[in-house]
Amino acid sequence: MIDKRIGSPAAAVADIFDGATVLIGGFGEAGSPIELIHALIDQGAGNLTVVNNNTGSGHVGLAALIENGQVAKMICSYPRTTNSKVFPELYRSGKIELELVPQGTLAERIRAGGAGIPAFYTATSVGTPLAEGKEIRAFGGREYVMEYGLRADFALIKAQCADRHGNLTYNKTARNFAPIMAMAAKTTIVQASSIVELGEIDPEVVVTPGIFVNRVVLVANPAQESRLVAEGRTYP
Amino acid sequence: MTMTAKKEKAPGWSREEMAARAALDIPGGSYVNLGIGIPEMVARYVPEGREVIYHTENGLLGMGPPPAPGCEDPELINAGKKAVTAIPGASFFHHADSFAMIRGEHIDICVLGAMQVSEKGDLANWSTGAPDAIPAVGGAMDLVAGVPTIYVITQHCTAEGEPKLVESCTYPLTGQGVVSRIYSDLAVIDLTPEGFEVAELAPGVDFDYVQQRTGCKLRKGNGLD
Repeated sequence: MIDKRIGSPAAAVADIFDGATVLIGGFGEAGSPIELIHALIDQGAGNLTVVNNNTGSGHVGLAALIENGQVAKMICSYPRTTNSKVFPELYRSGKIELELVPQGTLAERIRAGGAGIPAFYTATSVGTPLAEGKEIRAFGGREYVMEYGLRADFALIKAQCADRHGNLTYNKTARNFAPIMAMAAKTTIVQASSIVELGEIDPEVVVTPGIFVNRVVLVANPAQESRLVAEGRTYP
Repeated sequence: MTMTAKKEKAPGWSREEMAARAALDIPGGSYVNLGIGIPEMVARYVPEGREVIYHTENGLLGMGPPPAPGCEDPELINAGKKAVTAIPGASFFHHADSFAMIRGEHIDICVLGAMQVSEKGDLANWSTGAPDAIPAVGGAMDLVAGVPTIYVITQHCTAEGEPKLVESCTYPLTGQGVVSRIYSDLAVIDLTPEGFEVAELAPGVDFDYVQQRTGCKLRKGNGLD
């Protein structure tokens, strides 16, 4: 029997190793798998390369993972937001590396990685500092820059509903990077707000087919990052 | 347009009036992406009777106005991470699909802010290049590369009075030759193969006034004397 359910966030992230590349879903707090991130903080793996659109806020979730010294490099499109204090300080003091990628290029690199496409050409960033040093090629009279597909050891994502095969649905704009990250990681770990019987998710509305998912853990009432930040909470 | 010089305040359009003027140029049936700040306000002013669909690049087509206080959903937000609503007929999708809409030229019009625009239509709006700045680009480079019509709404000059419309940008570029039209507080200005062309002047503003506040030569459009 295929059963991807696993008992706890701690068990789900137990084998994330030092130096791993980890895709973490979410756009700001929407879709951030905060319980899985906190389990990774407890687990302690270090020297990680983390891919996320942002760098977290306050002192919980992704920001706490960075603050805890576990992240050597961030790959993201927008590393500063209103409440992000942790990353800017570390970046300015040279303690964390940043690879800045336009948001659409970041998404396409992840999608390509998951689809077995090693590289592709895009018009985005041509003529800007973010294309410097990259291969430029003209197609149909227009210049494009080559970007590499992005694959990872692990993905941590948040879903609304899952079944034991790993079929997933999401909630509104919390979907963002999760479906493509699920495709691009060797091991995709999902926290889901509910886990239902096979067949309860209509095959017509499955967003992520279970083949892209390895582990599913139930987190029935996920914390809301902005609420934790407003309360001044820290983790651990 | 009538000229009514008011001595008591600086002439020109307010932020709301700039957004309202830009809104007149959004045709019914358009798929539109609005940047953060003044561009967001354009949605309020699109003339009644035009059905316009708003895209927000974090994964929603059919974005509606902000929700009533107390009805915010932290998982229903826009690209500025502010709570929004979804209109009837809206759809949610993942980031690669969302940026395929942008990069695949499916979005018709994008309205953005600017730090500088050059007379060749180059846009700089993501970084001052200051050495201690945290670089952050988001979706700006994707939007200007992929959306066929890029409108810019911006104050004509910086807070320090420096022109933002220049011969060539000194800040790092977002994209080359991408801007179609600029709505500043002083004028509506088109990008043409010959450079900036003034299409309309704000009330109380004459051509020379705009020229004095611009970093390169302006031309008069057909609508001006």
